[in-house]
Amino acid sequence: MLRSKTFLKKTRAGGVVKIVREHYLRDDIGCGAPACSACGGAHAGPALELQPRDQASSLCPWPHYLLPDTNVLLHQIDVLEHPAIRNVIVLQTVMQEVRNRSAPIYKRIRDVTNNQEKHFYTFTNEHHKETYIEQEQGENANDRNDRAIRVAAKWYNEHLKRVAADSQLQVILITNDRKNKEKAVQEGIPAFTCEEYVKSLTANPELIDRLAYLSDEMNEIESGKIIFSEHLPLSKLQQGIKSGSYLQGTFRASRENYLEATVWIHGDKEEEKEILIQGIKHLNRAVHEDIVAVELLPRSQWVAPSSVVLDDEGQNEDDVEKDEERELLLKTAVSEKMLRPTGRVVGIIKRNWRPYCGMLSKSDIKESRRHLFTPADKRIPRIRIETRQASALEGRRIIVAIDGWPRNSRYPNGHFVKNLGDVGEKETETEVLLLEHDVPHQPFSQAVLSFLPRMPWSITEEDMKNREDLRHLCVCSVDPPGCTDIDDALHCRELSNGNLEVGVHIADVSHFIRPGNALDQESARRGTTVYLCEKRIDMVPELLSSNLCSLRSNVDRLAFSCIWEMNHNAEILKTRFTKSVINSKASLTYAEAQMRIDSAAMNDDITTSLRGLNQLAKILKKGRIEKGALTLSSPEIRFHMDSETHDPIDLQTKELRETNSMVEEFMLLANISVAKKIHEEFSEHALLRKHPAPPPSNYDILVKAAKSKNLQIKTDTAKSLADSLDRAESPDFPYLNTLLRILATRCMMQAVYFCSGMDNDFHHYGLASPIYTHFTSPIRRYADIIVHRLLAVAIGADCTYPELTDKHKLSDICKNLNFRHKMAQYAQRASVAFHTQLFFKSKGIVSEEAYILFVRKNAIVVLIPKYGLEGTVFFEEKDKPKPRLAYDDEIPSLRIEGTVFHVFDKVKVKITLDSSNLQHQKIRMALVEPQIPGINIPPNVADKALTAPGGKKRKLEK
Amino acid sequence: AGLELLSDQGYRIDGRRAGELRKIQARMGVFAQADGSAYIEQGNTKALAVVYGPHEIRGSRSRALPDRALVNCQYSSATFSTGERKRRPHGDRKSCEMGLQLRQTFEAAILTQLHPRSQIDIYVQVLQADGGTYAACVNAATLAVMDAGIPMRDFVCACSAGFVDGTALADLSHVEEAAGGPQLALALLPASGQIALLEMDSRLHEDHLEQVLEAAAQAARGVHTLLDLVVRQHVQEASVSLGD
Repeated sequence: MLRSKTFLKKTRAGGVVKIVREHYLRDDIGCGAPACSACGGAHAGPALELQPRDQASSLCPWPHYLLPDTNVLLHQIDVLEHPAIRNVIVLQTVMQEVRNRSAPIYKRIRDVTNNQEKHFYTFTNEHHKETYIEQEQGENANDRNDRAIRVAAKWYNEHLKRVAADSQLQVILITNDRKNKEKAVQEGIPAFTCEEYVKSLTANPELIDRLAYLSDEMNEIESGKIIFSEHLPLSKLQQGIKSGSYLQGTFRASRENYLEATVWIHGDKEEEKEILIQGIKHLNRAVHEDIVAVELLPRSQWVAPSSVVLDDEGQNEDDVEKDEERELLLKTAVSEKMLRPTGRVVGIIKRNWRPYCGMLSKSDIKESRRHLFTPADKRIPRIRIETRQASALEGRRIIVAIDGWPRNSRYPNGHFVKNLGDVGEKETETEVLLLEHDVPHQPFSQAVLSFLPRMPWSITEEDMKNREDLRHLCVCSVDPPGCTDIDDALHCRELSNGNLEVGVHIADVSHFIRPGNALDQESARRGTTVYLCEKRIDMVPELLSSNLCSLRSNVDRLAFSCIWEMNHNAEILKTRFTKSVINSKASLTYAEAQMRIDSAAMNDDITTSLRGLNQLAKILKKGRIEKGALTLSSPEIRFHMDSETHDPIDLQTKELRETNSMVEEFMLLANISVAKKIHEEFSEHALLRKHPAPPPSNYDILVKAAKSKNLQIKTDTAKSLADSLDRAESPDFPYLNTLLRILATRCMMQAVYFCSGMDNDFHHYGLASPIYTHFTSPIRRYADIIVHRLLAVAIGADCTYPELTDKHKLSDICKNLNFRHKMAQYAQRASVAFHTQLFFKSKGIVSEEAYILFVRKNAIVVLIPKYGLEGTVFFEEKDKPKPRLAYDDEIPSLRIEGTVFHVFDKVKVKITLDSSNLQHQKIRMALVEPQIPGINIPPNVADKALTAPGGKKRKLEK
Repeated sequence: AGLELLSDQGYRIDGRRAGELRKIQARMGVFAQADGSAYIEQGNTKALAVVYGPHEIRGSRSRALPDRALVNCQYSSATFSTGERKRRPHGDRKSCEMGLQLRQTFEAAILTQLHPRSQIDIYVQVLQADGGTYAACVNAATLAVMDAGIPMRDFVCACSAGFVDGTALADLSHVEEAAGGPQLALALLPASGQIALLEMDSRLHEDHLEQVLEAAAQAARGVHTLLDLVVRQHVQEASVSLGD
């Protein structure tokens, strides 16, 4: 190790403090070329290839390495990620600049550089003796960095010439900056723009589509009309925000109206939390989720949010006038009090663009290469992309990234990233919904799989340390049919003193997933297993989830056991936790277990054990309900799948048996016991779960709805709510109670994970428990793995590790878990919705009975109990005369042409699939009963209209 | 986006690798007036140490120890030593604590039993602070004590170490200290490997302690090689001038 000269770098921060830093320049940094004798020694990590010959570029036929500058890296990352691009030198200067400018791209480039196949080498030029340069007087930071990049490129070329003169290796600077390129060429460095280079790669024409579309300043002048006002520079925005003339907030585009958006202001001020933005010019190129600065308009220009639904249908640039006309449409006469603070976007603080799923709308001109892309998310504007394979991409789901939005363009410019597959195909649609909900679903990487135990696996002496042998116990598991990831099993036996011993045995996943390794990191990132209708996205690799961790019958499995001694009144006398080995005697389904309990003929060990459990569970449940636990209801449906085509053939609402609640009861008990134990041991960093009590106003809808049926719902405490829900029965309307419970579910808050050191409210409202956590499903939830580790440390069966006792890290984990759980739920719902569509597509038109759940101003929301399906019946349609609607907020009711609709009224609706918009197919409901002239469609006409698109559908189905 | 203390390629902000020390320059016998003195530069951290003694107890005689010498250490840092000027150069809580730590360190190293009922004064002043002030003070004081000819068991060599992303960093600079990670200061008697003082700020999981400790010890041994060179050179110079 040689240390070279020391010198000082002086900077002034804030003009007050003088910072003096040392900077050691080195002469032992390798150039990354494996054959380089001058740099000597092996380089750790991925390095360049010796003979990079496979890039057949017509511009430079000789072997070469690429050296991109910062802007190329920032904007053309999609190109660089393509497998054809290899042997790239990434300078430290470039890395640092990327790191400061865009965290997501920094992450992506780091992933690429870590990939051995890509041969990307990071050259630490800033610490290298010969490539470090000092900022000159009058030179700004950007120019200095550009110069540093050129100096490094030059050094590389000279270095390679010296080392391997005969191989003609060259380093090519890739830059889109014209001045930089000119200077480079002057200095004798071969330099190309990214576009030139990519186009010269004749072997990979598909790369051109991935090029980010960046308008040159030159073109901008030519293409005339400027639509948008300029974005202010960041420094001005910050000044404005400080002085209060601008407000900073998150831009949220409206789903219904592309000309309207709201900006959520960051800050604690209650008033003016939300600012309305209306009109394409005021929106000023902001995209959903961007952080923007807005300026409030004078009060005289304030408007009210329009209730009009507007879709962007334009195809060309000239639509701006039309947009303006449409804007006028929005400004309907409204009363003074409807006006909202209105503003306009003056600048973008941070773009939050991501790649978007959607479909191509092909240009009308056949030869055109520019096409518009319509994202699946309606809040995202359409994106103009340039592609040669438009006809191949038509009718496909594709991914597109936005590159920029120039002032003279109606739409943002983007480039094509990936083709997902045909629209309507099950795989494609699943992929889309996973991508849109940010569910990590790639197959597990080799690095992750390398941490799996070797097969054949067996329990060793080592495993038995700190572990109790419970193989003699009569343990069994009870799960839904077809379950392969069994993470819980139970047992119950009578002790010699007359008491009962009850054990809950949970798969010991934390034995296989050791903290900090790639497997652990991947499961932590995934956070939860996502169950879609026909697919399961595992959190842990299948070997663990369906085999080694799954507590299958008649095999030895490692478990984490929670064992209670109880008396016959289900009072806990003793609680004990231990790691164990069990051998389950039977894996039963709920129905099988129920059958065993009910049939008097069976008297074997398993059955008596089940009976004991069932008895205790009943007492436990009663106790819990007395304490005020809520029994809520949500319509859950299951699909019967065709075993060959995997198309849904029938729907069925989930059935609940006594055994379901038996298992649930013991899981709750185990979770509560564990929560107490880990909180006792780790008061600062226990991972717990809480369910906050909802604010009273949340219940308004429920109370009002019940009142309309002459029932009273009390909501002051969970207990009174539970009691009043129990009392709310109507003899002539048995389904009413379920409906009320469904409504009550909607009033609840989200339950969340949190770290005990970061919060002081632990209460779980829904379960009426002062403390709660998740312990019982470690195969499908990462939170449980952490809880397992905490508990293992608490009982001395395992050792702790640094991240476990760091409450900030734990709270970061909680944040991610909460996010993943929410997204998993959304993805599940989306999957159910998609399968419901498939189901009704095959089923044709159905009329079903439904109950009104909510009454809206121009629609009613109904629930069809048979399918557990919820939908909206609209009473206003585009090309029809509007019926007279009268909405009463107090009762809530809606009067249409003399018919009044109340909440919980029974109606009959017709269900059809609306595929007029190929990208957003949806279930449409229309009213059949009660009859209202002008609203109901005459049955025969309806049939014709709806069977017509059937032929087309069949084709897709195939 | 904050500072990246350790890049993927394993370089620190100032271009060093994880285990590398900063440049060390030292000189002994900088003042003729004192019994012993030394000046050290560890990167941008600069410290001056002056030693008086062993001499009779000053002030109240009751402080005298019957079996060994009293080691009195005073630490101060110049008002101009940090980016922002300090108000009080000495006597604040931090200075007192540092004085105590130095005393503890040198009581362990100096053969105090050879000078019963006497006193040894060590004054250390930091002229410029850029991380690792304790280490620089100990290293300067070691040289000064040697310059004074006071018998010691061994060199006392000190070095700091930190912990970032699973890697232990030796000899932290001010920027790295300011980032707020765990920080360990170690004073080592290199020949025997005994620890004269070990101190740590903020939390570090015990699994990592070994690793950080080893990095600090390795760095302290590096410091020893350099100080040894300085001492030999100084002695040689002194013998040459005596020979004239």
